Amino acid sequence: MPLVLAAVLLLLSACSGAGAGHFPQSTLAPRSDFSADLHSLYKDVFWWAVGVFVIVETLLLVAIARFRARAGAATPKPIHGHTVLEIGWTLAPALILVFIAVPTMRTIFATAGTAPEGALRVQVIGHQWWWEYRYPTLNISAYNELHVPVGTPIAIEMTSADVIHSFWVPRLGGKRDLIQGRTNRIAFKADSTGEYWGQCAEFCGASHANMRLRVIVQDDTVFQRWVDRQRAAPATPAKGSQEETGQQIFRRSACIGCHTITGIAQGKVGPELSHVGSRGTIAGALFPNTTESLHRWIMNAPSLKPGALMPPQNLQGADLDAVVAYLQSLK
Amino acid sequence: MKSWLTTTDHKRIGLLYFWTAFIFFLVGGLEAVIIRAQLIKPDGGLGVSAETFNQLFTMHGTTMVFLALMPLSAAFFNFIIPLQIGARDVAFPRLNAFSYWVFLLGGLFINASFIAGPLFGADRLSVAPDAGWFGYANLTSRQFSPGPNVDFWLLGLQILGIASLAAGFNFIVTILNMRAPGMRMLRLPPFTWMTLITQFLVITAFPVITVALVLLMFDRFFGTHFFVPQGGGDPILWQHLFWMFGHPEVYILILPAMGIVSEVLPTFSRKPLFGYTVVVYSGVVIAFLGWSVWSHHMFSSGLGPIADSVFAGTTMLIAIPTGVKIFNWIGTLWGGQLRFTTSMLFALGFIAMFIIGGLSGVSHASAPSDLQQTDTYYVVAHIHYVLFGGTILGLFAGMYYWWPKMTGRMLSEGLGKTHFWLTMIGMNLAFFPMHFSGLLGMPRRIYTYSSGLGVTTFNQVSTVGAFLIGLATLVFFYNLVRTRWRPITASNNPWEGATLEWAIPSPPPVYNFTIIPTVANRLPLWHTERHAPMDPLPLQPPAPIHVPGGSWWPMITAFGLPIMAIGAISRTLPVVLIGALVVIVGIYRWAFEPFEM
Repeated sequence: MPLVLAAVLLLLSACSGAGAGHFPQSTLAPRSDFSADLHSLYKDVFWWAVGVFVIVETLLLVAIARFRARAGAATPKPIHGHTVLEIGWTLAPALILVFIAVPTMRTIFATAGTAPEGALRVQVIGHQWWWEYRYPTLNISAYNELHVPVGTPIAIEMTSADVIHSFWVPRLGGKRDLIQGRTNRIAFKADSTGEYWGQCAEFCGASHANMRLRVIVQDDTVFQRWVDRQRAAPATPAKGSQEETGQQIFRRSACIGCHTITGIAQGKVGPELSHVGSRGTIAGALFPNTTESLHRWIMNAPSLKPGALMPPQNLQGADLDAVVAYLQSLK
Repeated sequence: MKSWLTTTDHKRIGLLYFWTAFIFFLVGGLEAVIIRAQLIKPDGGLGVSAETFNQLFTMHGTTMVFLALMPLSAAFFNFIIPLQIGARDVAFPRLNAFSYWVFLLGGLFINASFIAGPLFGADRLSVAPDAGWFGYANLTSRQFSPGPNVDFWLLGLQILGIASLAAGFNFIVTILNMRAPGMRMLRLPPFTWMTLITQFLVITAFPVITVALVLLMFDRFFGTHFFVPQGGGDPILWQHLFWMFGHPEVYILILPAMGIVSEVLPTFSRKPLFGYTVVVYSGVVIAFLGWSVWSHHMFSSGLGPIADSVFAGTTMLIAIPTGVKIFNWIGTLWGGQLRFTTSMLFALGFIAMFIIGGLSGVSHASAPSDLQQTDTYYVVAHIHYVLFGGTILGLFAGMYYWWPKMTGRMLSEGLGKTHFWLTMIGMNLAFFPMHFSGLLGMPRRIYTYSSGLGVTTFNQVSTVGAFLIGLATLVFFYNLVRTRWRPITASNNPWEGATLEWAIPSPPPVYNFTIIPTVANRLPLWHTERHAPMDPLPLQPPAPIHVPGGSWWPMITAFGLPIMAIGAISRTLPVVLIGALVVIVGIYRWAFEPFEM
């Protein structure tokens, strides 16, 4: 019992201290209207629960301490029940539940996913095991890392290309499932810039654990610069450069079967790579986008991400270096 | 040996259920320990592969729900219910034997998947079920799960469902029809009452999962599209069907434990159960409400605000009858003479721990709050406080309470108390930190997590706790087997219990009661202000008692089912037909078997 109480105290300290960078996926440090609503509801429920917990466990402990059997004591009075008590402890929890149910219903309707006029629309499509984002009004796409402007309402419409996934970025909002043939919606307005972590929350097969994502909340101007870059044609390597060699190898390798680079390849199985060099992470936000990770990923993706569809590539030495240099140049 | 294979004695079948389920409980526990070992380190853990991990957590859930907790309750239904109602056996003894054999064979079939890999041209540890115990569509479709893994799961569950349904009908008929004279419904011991309610849930909930599994089987075997969106099917349909079964299933798991606690607390407080009728009716209310809450498992699937509100409301309502039960248990303790036997400690532990699972459940009932918690470790904490802190602690209370009756031998109280404290410390170390892991963003069912999440320490504590639970269970296992080497003989009524099972020897003779007692009140063995204890039963039966002989046919019939499943999973129609023939011939011979043997 003292253990449980100590743990509850620990939870309280976690509630207050779980802010900043230590817990990038915490539900206790909301940074949007959506997640703030959920958090305040959770706090309501939490304190009611703590109250009930303390009352019940106290009664239990008092009973245990007071009514220990004593040698030679008379048989206790056989009390069979007490009607007033029964009515009392039926009504008391019912009353508490009213105080929880009312804000619950209010929050259900407030967070039903209807975004205000002028919200930025984003379509999220789940794939085993990566994320595709389309911005229909901006005519751009992004992969695994979602960029949104701060202070602007975002209307997210989600669906899946295969099995059920769940889009979850705790600091920006609650999770919602991505289901093939259906469209689910959430809406949120991020209130501060930064990089927020998320990951798939519905079990979706071998690499469920590796289906991660980032949301990068930016100032309007920074966001606009990012949009412009995504709209631009992919970088063209300089004549005779290592990047140009890489582009040629890419063109005649299996890469083009699955990936799109505008003007170079039109594969649709994996994420588009037209601006892959501008991303902070690769492989479903699993690894930092570094020369080393790209090397390892291209050589043997399934060993890093079980079940990944990209087969190990037969590229070595200078060829591999060239392809990696080319991909990195696609800012 | 033969007498055990052909037995139709409810007491022997109870013991068979107990040992079989206990071994499956150890297997499920071993799976849990490997899962926790893997999660002791972030970013790859101890090197358990994603594929292996997914099989382990799927089989851990499936095993604990269907092969350990339900049949451990069934062990008590079998052994104790006929004794509590003053009957010589269950209503259908051979059907009872059939239930056991089907359960055993279904459990073996589903676990055979761990070693069956080579038969399918795959590695060992690659064809066990791996789509979660909830098997969400469309991950379970042929397209996304081409191997035999999901087939093992769905065929195994079909077999187990037959065992549960047969037992469900058997116990309803037994409790309603086989009561001793004077054993009116409102004189039934609370464990019998909770069992009756549980069996009504079984016979209404299992048909739903059966239908769902048949549809899934059609999708996988015959190319239909019930759950396949490209073909016009709907994966959400599976979720509705599964949880329409799955939520009543939660009450199928917890109500028997509540019944056990309602027996143990009065005995060791030397006071009648406080508010007996209210406790009974609140059980009935829980069962009814249990049917109206299934979509609270689906708040993140986008049902819309109206449905979310309705299911949030009905779910919250369940907290009321549950709270009423807890207050009545505390009312039972109040003013009593409490004896802290191991059984009593586990019953008190049940109240103390179950309340935590109940309260975290309210944060799931609040739909928007649940959007942050569902599919995270917070839910893992919640279900383990309910199913471990509730069901398993309740079952342990029942094991210490009834073991002397079942075997005639007392368990060691010293080892029992060691078991209790190790279990309590272990479970809180294992499951309490999971609340934090979940709130800090750790999803469930992941074979590894990023060190960047900041949840490594919480996971390490959970792992230590899981190992402590494992140690505690070994202490209990030793306590059980020790009663064989160092027997301490149990008297008829070692705990001074009030109900009929304590009126007869431990272990009871094959005919249970020398004469069928006439019951005049709820506490026939106690002296209260209203009545004296009932007269002791004669030591020898006044007239010879007919006891039905054994039969091979229940077991033979049961063997037909896994044969059919083996035929289905290997896509060999003749084997399916042979299995079906075994079932048909078995039932035919069973039906015409001479009654006297």
